[in-house]
Amino acid sequence: MRVTFVVNGAEQTVDGVWEGESLLYVLRERMGLPGSKNACEQGECGSCTVYLDGVPACACLVAAGQAAGREVRTVEGLAGPGGLDPVQEAFVEAGAVQCGFCTPGLVVQAHDLLGRVPDPSDAEIREALAGNLCRCTGYEKILDAVRLAAARKREEAAP
Amino acid sequence: MAFLRPATWEDALAARAEHPGALPIQGGTDVMVEINFDARRPAALLDLNPVRELAEWDLADGRLRVGAGVTYTRLIEELGDRLPGLAQASRTVGSPQIRNRGTVGGNLGAASPAGDAHPPLLAGDTVIEVESAARGVRMIPAGAFYTGVKRNALEPDELIRAFWTLPATGPQYFAKIGTRNAMVIAVCSFAIALHPAERRAGTGLGSAAPTPRRAAAAEGFLNAELDWEGRSPLPAPVARRFGELVAEAAAPIDDVRGTAGYRAHALAVLARRALTWAWNDYTGTTGRREAS
Repeated sequence: MRVTFVVNGAEQTVDGVWEGESLLYVLRERMGLPGSKNACEQGECGSCTVYLDGVPACACLVAAGQAAGREVRTVEGLAGPGGLDPVQEAFVEAGAVQCGFCTPGLVVQAHDLLGRVPDPSDAEIREALAGNLCRCTGYEKILDAVRLAAARKREEAAP
Repeated sequence: MAFLRPATWEDALAARAEHPGALPIQGGTDVMVEINFDARRPAALLDLNPVRELAEWDLADGRLRVGAGVTYTRLIEELGDRLPGLAQASRTVGSPQIRNRGTVGGNLGAASPAGDAHPPLLAGDTVIEVESAARGVRMIPAGAFYTGVKRNALEPDELIRAFWTLPATGPQYFAKIGTRNAMVIAVCSFAIALHPAERRAGTGLGSAAPTPRRAAAAEGFLNAELDWEGRSPLPAPVARRFGELVAEAAAPIDDVRGTAGYRAHALAVLARRALTWAWNDYTGTTGRREAS
């Protein structure tokens, strides 16, 4: 089947999509957007987190046809013309990246948190990231990165 | 496989009648797992996301009618004050990403004995509104909706439209056993709702029998023993006996998440605690201390 939806601000059409295919498969294998990672395929790990109409979801659990006519924003769509998003910068600076596999999902999920809650408590950060598994870092540096990004974004927002 | 995308409820019912082999999909958090793992190959997927009215809720004659497509995230944010038991259960569903997509309608459709929404639906006397193009609306009490392991009372041409329940008239609590605070399927779970105007308590057990179920004898015991008018403190023996009766209502199995013996024990503890929290709220006792 043919599926048309907006990806990172641009409308795109893909043909030959199998009806049971996930949005994740379409993004990675048909659109050349491998940022969202394919790991568990059951919503357990959060590595494929993308925005669907502005709400974070596991792309592996969205049927491609369900995305038709909607807006998807992947990790590739977070950086602006001026460079990386503050969340991405903070992950690099805080050393929150080891093997990097879980990073795109964590970055999208943290980006959503800071969009809703500018100054999150540690409990709020942990809750927001509860569905994103990382097997390398032990999460401490990821928490550091989110705190750093939150502080930077607040500075940017201050007059 | 076909992909059906009705834009209205009417079209959805027509599509359901025309394609009995079509599997309805809402948030996809169960359906897509089965498809990704090749555990299921339905003849068609019936995408209910575009049906706007499923994602709405309203208050009609004092009763809440919540569309089957309202997500757990929205239930927590928009109805947490009116349906505290269901909101507590919703907070334990998966992760933020899962709660952003998952729905009570999906939980009812899947009818897993471990579904987190079921115990509070039972405790709150919820009625499920289902509909078919041929025969119109049927209202099914939650207690009659679950018919077996992952089986429900839905006919092949019916879809789940909404669930109906009263906004809470008394304290409600949900408790669940799992290995961590997120991404956990219940080892067992328990919900209680006090209905003070009727001097009655409702209960719901999850992951403790082939279907979610109420603990009728435990409810009857409470209705007789509790001092609804005097609001006197909960006697410890009453709380303990209530826990035992809840455990007796269960028919648990041994599986990878826990043994039958553990489940029965844990249910008795959860029931005793949840009752204590609820009764303390009702009587105005400070703190959430458990009766020993």
